[in-house]
Amino acid sequence: MTDQAFDAAEFAGENLVCIRGERIVFADLSFSLGPGEALLLLGPNGSGKSSLLRMMAGLLRPSAGQLTWGGEPVADDPEAHGGRSRYIGHHDAIKPVLTVHENVAFWSRLWAGDGSRETVEKALDAFSIGHLLEVPGRWLSAGQKRRVNLSRLLAAPAPLWLLDEPTTALDRATVATVEHLLAEHRARGGMVVLSTHTDVSLPGAKVLQMDDFAVDPALSGLDAEMAVAEDEPWTEGVRP
Amino acid sequence: MSGFLAVVRRDLRLALRQGSDSMMVVTFFVLTVVLFPFGIGPEPGILERVAAGVLWVTALLASMLSLDRLFQTDYEDGSLDLITRSPQPLSVLVLGKVAAHWLTTGLPLLAAAPLLAVLLNMNADGFGVLVVAFALGTPTLSLIGAVGAALVLGARRGGVLLSLLVLPLYIPVLVFGVSAVDAAIMDLPFKAQLLILGGFLLGAAALCPWATAAALRQAVE
Repeated sequence: MTDQAFDAAEFAGENLVCIRGERIVFADLSFSLGPGEALLLLGPNGSGKSSLLRMMAGLLRPSAGQLTWGGEPVADDPEAHGGRSRYIGHHDAIKPVLTVHENVAFWSRLWAGDGSRETVEKALDAFSIGHLLEVPGRWLSAGQKRRVNLSRLLAAPAPLWLLDEPTTALDRATVATVEHLLAEHRARGGMVVLSTHTDVSLPGAKVLQMDDFAVDPALSGLDAEMAVAEDEPWTEGVRP
Repeated sequence: MSGFLAVVRRDLRLALRQGSDSMMVVTFFVLTVVLFPFGIGPEPGILERVAAGVLWVTALLASMLSLDRLFQTDYEDGSLDLITRSPQPLSVLVLGKVAAHWLTTGLPLLAAAPLLAVLLNMNADGFGVLVVAFALGTPTLSLIGAVGAALVLGARRGGVLLSLLVLPLYIPVLVFGVSAVDAAIMDLPFKAQLLILGGFLLGAAALCPWATAAALRQAVE
C-alpha cells in the first residue's frame, strides 16, 4: 500500500463491440477515463457489464474496436496492462487450504513483486479482517471472502481498478469502507470502473447506461434470423 | 523469475496440504506394476523382458491421472482469470505450474521406479539408465500434458478428451524411454536414446508453455 500518486494516463475504448455466442451484447460503445475519474456501469442483467469489464481487463477480446492506454493499444502489451490494472470479478479466487495471508501474499508477489507481511497486514486491516491472517480460506464466510478478495487491490497497488459488483455479500459498514477507499484511490490519481446493482456512492462518476448500446434485434443480422425463426408458427403442436 | 517461484511455492503448498493427488499417482503406479506379475505369471524371464515397458506405460498412465486437475481448480475459483492477466509473462507462470506438477507427481514416480524394477526382476544394469530416462522423460510428460489440460478446460468429460489428445504425443517418449533401458540391459549403447529424450525435454520446455499459455487465454474468454 503506497500513498504516492499514480502516473496514470488516459484509458479509453473506441467503438467496442461484444458478441457472445451468436448474440450482440453491445455495439459501438466508447468511453474515456482520465486520472482520478470513475466510470459507473449500470444496466439490467445480461446487458454486458461483466463482459465490458472483462474486456477492459484484457480477458475478453473485443469483436471490433479497441482499448487504449495513453493512446497505445492495450492489446499490444497485455503484460503491461496486467501491471497497471486490477480486476475483481464474481469469483473470489481464494484457495480453501491456504491461509488468508498466503492467499493475499501470493497475489501481491505475483502482481507487484512485493508479498511482504506488512503489506498484507495493512491491506487486510483496511477491511478490518487483520485478525483472520492465519485462518484457512475454507473457514471464511462469503462476506469475509469478498473482503479478502478486495484487499488484494491494496496489497498490489495499480492505477486502474476494474470492479465487477464489488459490494456483493458485504455488510453496510464495509460498503462504506469500500466507498472511502475508492475516493482515496481517485484522490491519488487512480481510476475506477465499477458495475453495480446496489447504491455505491461514487461522486462525480461518469455513468454508462449499458442498455444504450444494446443492439435492436431487428437491426442485427445475427439476431434477426433468430427472431424470424421464433416468429414462425409451431406446427408440431409443441408449446413454444 | 519471482513469478515462477511464487507459483511453484503456491502449488507445492496446495499439493502438500491437499495431499491426495500425488499419493494417488504413486499408488496407482505401484499397484498397477504389482499386478503385472499376477497377470502374466511369475516366470523371471518374461518379467525381465517386459519390465521396462511395463514401468514406462504405467508411468505414462499415472502421470495422466492428475493432469485434468492441473488447471481445473484455478479455472473454477477464478484464480486463472487473475493469473492470465499478471504483469509477468504467462508462459513463465505456466512453467511454474508444470514444475510444481512434476515435483509432486513425476518425482515420486522417479523414486518408485527402481524399487518396482527390482520387483519385476529387472537386470541391475538397467537401473541407472532407468532413473536417468525417467528424469528426462517425466518432465516432458508434464509439459505435454499441460497443453492438453489447458485445451480441455471448460469441456465436459474433459478427462476422456484429454487422454485422446495427450497419449499420442506421449508415444515418442515411451518408445525411446523403453529402448534406452532395454539397450542398457542388453549391454548395448544407450546414449543416443537418452540424448533424444533430452532433446524432447528441451523442445517441450520451449514450446509447451507457450502453447499452454495460448490455450489458457482462450479458456478464460
